[in-house]
Amino acid sequence: MLYRECGVFKPTYAEDMAIFPLPLDKWGMGILLIVAFLVIPMFADRYLLTSIMIPFLIYSLSTLGLNILTGYTGQLSLGHAAFMAVGAYTSFNLSFRLDLPILLCFLGGGLMSAAIGTLFGIPTMRIKGFYLIVSTLAAQFTIEWVITHWAWVSGENVLGAIDTPPMEILGRSIDTPVEKYLLTLVVVIVLTIFAKNLVRGKIGRAWISIREMAVASEIIGVSQFRYKLLAFSVSSFYAGVAGALIAFCHLGCVQITEFELLLSFWLLGMVIIGGMGSILGSFLGAGFMVLLPIYINRVVRITAGFVPSDILTNLELMIFGGLIILFLIVEPYGLARLWLIIKGKLRAWPMPY
Amino acid sequence: MFFFVEVLLSGLLAGVMYSLVAIGFVLILKATGVFNFAQGAMVLFAALTFVCLLEKAIPLWAAFFITLAAMIMLAVAIERIVLRPLVAKPPIILFMATIGLAFFLEGLAQGIWGADVHGLNIGIPDDPFEWLMNKGILISQFDLVAAFIAAILVTVLVLFFHKTPTGTAIMAVSDDPEAAQSVGISLRWIWVITWSISGFVALVAGIMWGTRLGVQYSLTLIVLKALPVLILGGFESIAGAIIAGLIIGASEKLADVYIGPYVGGGLENFFPYLLAMVILCFRPYGLFGREVIERV
Repeated sequence: MLYRECGVFKPTYAEDMAIFPLPLDKWGMGILLIVAFLVIPMFADRYLLTSIMIPFLIYSLSTLGLNILTGYTGQLSLGHAAFMAVGAYTSFNLSFRLDLPILLCFLGGGLMSAAIGTLFGIPTMRIKGFYLIVSTLAAQFTIEWVITHWAWVSGENVLGAIDTPPMEILGRSIDTPVEKYLLTLVVVIVLTIFAKNLVRGKIGRAWISIREMAVASEIIGVSQFRYKLLAFSVSSFYAGVAGALIAFCHLGCVQITEFELLLSFWLLGMVIIGGMGSILGSFLGAGFMVLLPIYINRVVRITAGFVPSDILTNLELMIFGGLIILFLIVEPYGLARLWLIIKGKLRAWPMPY
Repeated sequence: MFFFVEVLLSGLLAGVMYSLVAIGFVLILKATGVFNFAQGAMVLFAALTFVCLLEKAIPLWAAFFITLAAMIMLAVAIERIVLRPLVAKPPIILFMATIGLAFFLEGLAQGIWGADVHGLNIGIPDDPFEWLMNKGILISQFDLVAAFIAAILVTVLVLFFHKTPTGTAIMAVSDDPEAAQSVGISLRWIWVITWSISGFVALVAGIMWGTRLGVQYSLTLIVLKALPVLILGGFESIAGAIIAGLIIGASEKLADVYIGPYVGGGLENFFPYLLAMVILCFRPYGLFGREVIERV
C-alpha cells in the first residue's frame, strides 16, 4: 500500500523507460539528492565529511566498477586496487607535470587505467573462470612493482609516495572538506548515471548473458571477447577515477601501500555484501564496509570497555570474513536484494502478499 | 656455470615447498570442487597452534597430534557451517565463501595466539651442504630435508588414494558426486575427511615454512605464491602441482638472480604470475589440467 504501482500511467516511451518510473521513487531520489547536496554540507562536521562521506563515495565508485566486472560480467577480479593505483598516479602526473585542469586529470587517470585494464583483460580470450584470477593478480603485483621501482611515475620520490598539488576549478581553489565532498559527489553522481544507463542497455544485457551462460550467448552472436574487454575497460576506468579521487580529495598524499591486495579483497567484499550485479548494491556494500570498523569499535567499547587495537583488528578480520560467509549463505545477492524484498513487502502491506 | 646450478637447485627445492601448499589446494578441489582460498589461513592456523603449543613446553609429537586434532575439528566445523548450506551453489560463490573463511581464520588464529612472530625449530639442521665438494655448490640441508618430507607426503597420499577404500571413495566423489552418492558414499563424510587431510598437509607445510620464515602473518601470503603453481599445473593434478612447483620455484630464483639486477630487483612477487599467465595463453587449463567441456 505504501509503495504502489497502480495509478501510474506512462503514455510516452520516455516515461516507460525511465529509471524511476514511480512518483514515490522520484520524490525519494529528489530528497536524497537535496540531503546530499544541501543538508550534509551545511550541518555535517569535518569528521563526518572526511572520514565517512568522502571515503563512502569513493569506495562506492570503485565498487561500482568492480561490480560491473564481477557482478554483471561474472569475471572474478582480484586486481581492482592496482587499477585504482594507476588512476591515482596518472592523475598526479598529469596535474604535477602538465598542470592540466583537475577534471581532465581525473579523466586522464581513468582512461589510462582503462587502457591498462584492457591489457590485463586480453588473456580472457583464452582463460576462463578461476584461472582468470591469475591474470588479475598478475596485474595487481606487476603494477605494484612498476610503481615502486619506476621512480618517474611517482615524481622521482624515493618512497614512491605522491603529494598531490592543490586543486582548482575555474579559478576557485578546492581545499576545504565541503568543497572536496561536493566535487566527489558530483563526479560520483555523473558516473553512476553513466553506469546505470550502461547496464540497462544493450551492453549491460550482453554482460549479463556472458555471466549467465557464456556458451549460449556466444552462439546467439554476443562477441565474448569484445564485451569482456569492454567490461575490463569500463571497470578499470571507474577504478582509475576512484583512485584519482582518493589521491586528490581524500588523502592528499598516497603511497602504493594504500592500494595493496587487501584493498582488492575489501572491494570484493563490498561487492558481495552489497549485491552482485546491482548499482544500488555497490553503494550499500561500500557504506556498510566503511561504517563497519567504526561500528565494531563503538560496540566493543560499549560492551567491553577499552580493548587493545590488535584485538580490534583481529575482531574486524573475523567479522569481515564471517559477514562474507553469512551473506553468501543467507542472501547471495546481498543488501540490494534485501532492499528489493523490503520494497516488495511495502507494496503489499498491510496484506502479507 | 656452477653458480647457475646452485641457483637452479635452490630454486627447485624452494619450488618443492610451494608444491606442499599447492597439494592442499588440489586435494580439496579434487574431492569437493571448492577452490579453497583459505588454505593459506589454514597453514597459518596450524603453524601458530603448533608453535605456541611447543612454546608451552609440550613435547613435539604431542603438539603435532593436538594440532592435527584441532585441524580435524576445524574441518568438521567448516563442513557444517560453510559447506553444507552452500551445497548446490555455483563454484564462484563457494570460492568467495572461502575468501571470507580465510579472513575469519586469520583473525581467529591471531586472536587466540597473538600476532607475534615465533621462531620454529624442530631440529632440522640448516647448515649449507656442500655438494660436489671441489666445485663448491652449496645446498641448504633444510631444503633437502623439506624435499624429502614432501616426497614422503606425496607417496603416502598417492598410496592412500589408490589403495585404501576411503581414498577410492574420495576419487569417486571427485569424479562424479552424484554417482558416488547413489553407490552409498556419504558426501559429508568425504568432505570432512578431505578437509582434514588438507588440514594435515597444511600443518606439514606450516611447519616447513614456519621453520624457514618464522611463524607469522605472512604465512598466509604463501598461498599467493602457490596460486601460480596451482594454475600452471592444472587445478586437479597432484603431479601437476609438483612439476609446476619445481618450474615456478626454479624460474623465480633464476629470474631474480639473472634479470633482477637490470630492473631493480623484487621480481619474486610478480614473475611467477606473469609466467603462469603466458603459459595459460597457450594451455588454458594448465599443463596437466583437465579440459572442462561446457555444455549449453
